[in-house]
Amino acid sequence: MSVTRLTGWGRTMPATTEVVRPRTPDEAVELVRAARGAARDTTRGLTSRGLGRSYGDPAQNSGGTTIELTGMNRILHVDAAVEGGEPTVVLEAGVDLDTLMRVLLPFGLWIPVLPGTRQVTIGGAIGSDVHGKNHHTQGSFGNHVRSLDLLTADGEVSTLTPDGPDADLFWATVGGMGLTGIILRATVAVQRTETAYFRVDTDRCPDLDDLMRQMVERDDDYTYSVAWFDAVTTGAHMGRAVLTLGNKATVDELPPKLAKRPLQFSAPSLGTVPPVFPNGMVNAVTAKMFSEAWYRKAPAHRVGEIQNITQFFHPLDIAQDWNRGYGPAGFLQYQFVMPFGAEDTFRHSVDLITSSGHHSCLNVLKRFGASNPGMLSFPTPGWTLTADFPVKPGLETLCETLDELVLSVGGRLYLAKDSRMSADHFAQMYPRLDEFRAVRQRVDPDGLFTSDLARRLEI
Amino acid sequence: MMDALGTPQTLLLLGGTSDIAVAIAKRYAGDRPLRVILAARPTERRTAVAEDLGLAGCTVSEVDFDAHDTDGHAGAIEQCFAGGDVDVAVVAFGLLGDPEQAWTDPELALELATVNYTAPVHVGVLLSERMKQQKHGTIVALSSVAGERVRRSNFVYGSTKAGMDGFYTGLGYALREHGVNVLVVRPGFVKSKMTEGLGAAPLATTPEEVADLTVKAVRAKRTTVWAPPLFRLVMLVLKAVPTAIFRKLPF
Repeated sequence: MSVTRLTGWGRTMPATTEVVRPRTPDEAVELVRAARGAARDTTRGLTSRGLGRSYGDPAQNSGGTTIELTGMNRILHVDAAVEGGEPTVVLEAGVDLDTLMRVLLPFGLWIPVLPGTRQVTIGGAIGSDVHGKNHHTQGSFGNHVRSLDLLTADGEVSTLTPDGPDADLFWATVGGMGLTGIILRATVAVQRTETAYFRVDTDRCPDLDDLMRQMVERDDDYTYSVAWFDAVTTGAHMGRAVLTLGNKATVDELPPKLAKRPLQFSAPSLGTVPPVFPNGMVNAVTAKMFSEAWYRKAPAHRVGEIQNITQFFHPLDIAQDWNRGYGPAGFLQYQFVMPFGAEDTFRHSVDLITSSGHHSCLNVLKRFGASNPGMLSFPTPGWTLTADFPVKPGLETLCETLDELVLSVGGRLYLAKDSRMSADHFAQMYPRLDEFRAVRQRVDPDGLFTSDLARRLEI
Repeated sequence: MMDALGTPQTLLLLGGTSDIAVAIAKRYAGDRPLRVILAARPTERRTAVAEDLGLAGCTVSEVDFDAHDTDGHAGAIEQCFAGGDVDVAVVAFGLLGDPEQAWTDPELALELATVNYTAPVHVGVLLSERMKQQKHGTIVALSSVAGERVRRSNFVYGSTKAGMDGFYTGLGYALREHGVNVLVVRPGFVKSKMTEGLGAAPLATTPEEVADLTVKAVRAKRTTVWAPPLFRLVMLVLKAVPTAIFRKLPF
């Protein structure tokens, strides 16, 4: 046990907290039993943490204990279902997606949902109900969880399923930000694949309207779809974008060199970004240069390019600790979804960001498909936008204005990204909050499981 | 909890009717729904301030707190933390007093020492007990340039501020490992209810300016801020002036 200063990926809001690292589910059970019974006023509770990739404060616990679960990292069983049926993997919550991918590929198996980084644990993927470029066709991570073992505040472990006896607790845990208990193990359905490559079509879109039109028309023909857009250029080319649409490549589609070893894990890394960057590296000039280069380097129209995992999924994973590039002040990621039908408000929000004087380079736009029954799960049908802002004065005003726009059309912000929303807005954005609170009250009446996020959002 | 942009969720004002304290609350009020705990004597002015902050969009609760009543401090602080964590606590109470009376009237001298030094030290220790438990938060102590080098013209007040300034500076060192920051604010002459009727001194500032500088310094996790910032240089020069000259200076 050690007292440490922790932050989320955005490197804002440090928490001073005790950190414990159980190596096995049994050790985690012991920890919870030891902490059980201590009332809210004498301890500040327990918080689960994986690899710390959420941007704000969900995986830290100021004054309390943070349980880091990366030591519980065994893959227990892979069922490739060679004779038919659904392939599955049984694993502990601390396994990260990068490791899992390396283990699964030789079996010809593929993780059904990959977020923007592979440096995410299974526990974190379920707790945040992460999504990827295939949300419109295959839903979010929780859709693929067949069962999970949850350690609750009473020190007991229950196995939960999406439609079993306590389905409510299952769907409170999917997207529940760790506030229902500690996920120890999960059974996740995985997909068969012939290769570790993608067949990708790329198009430059001259403005936001063109991009949105193309996405509506073409998304359904591809498993994966996402756009990077320029959030610096104003005027006629506001929201110009690079749209990438892809499907898993088959062996026949690979060039001969790659076809020899189609399942080889191909995700190169260039090394680690050193912590030497001052604040202000991302500014009007660099953001403009980056956006121009990113747009120009994309082909105007290209069909059928074969890309590897890093190229297609995780261009940022190529440099580890890339968040250091923003300097010590850190940065803020803002991701919202607005329902279909709110396109005008959506355009207005892009306009606001572009003309705000806050410069974001890494901007992602995507259409979500159907949501799952997760009570606090983020994805809902509509348009989602992500932007990364370096922290500087005036950013709170922009975010507050965007919050109001999102609220006005019944949209919401993503808890795994949020680091500043108010409790008020949160309650309005998540209409099933009361249902979630009722489940939490039932399984954890003393509030043993909490987090800085839970305090900030008064969950 | 403080958010990623350094805006608090809960703000505690001890000596909550001070003009600077109110200005700090208003400065924060625009950014995020703010819970304000107004700890002060139960006066009409406290009621008026509570209403005013309510209109500015804050959720205000009032706690009875009197700096003179040191026996009541612990209970008052407990009440202030009853509703949950406090992100920023401002120690804003203080008494100026007539400077000539202050060094000739023993009772007034004692009162200044109690309100400006003894009470802030007592409250500071009580606050840090709580903040050490929650392991986050910022304590803002309103000191004064008067404490930087005590002058002939207001040395009783100046000496109390010198003491409280030193205490909170040291408290900041001690609390650092607990994730708690202490900011010492050193304003010059502030045009406020405390200085009503006095002629404005050079480099006079307003509660709003002090609040603005304070909020920025809290955000940047600084430990000292001068208001206006030029005072830092002015005091550096004044500290170097030989005593033979300094004691005769007219201010």
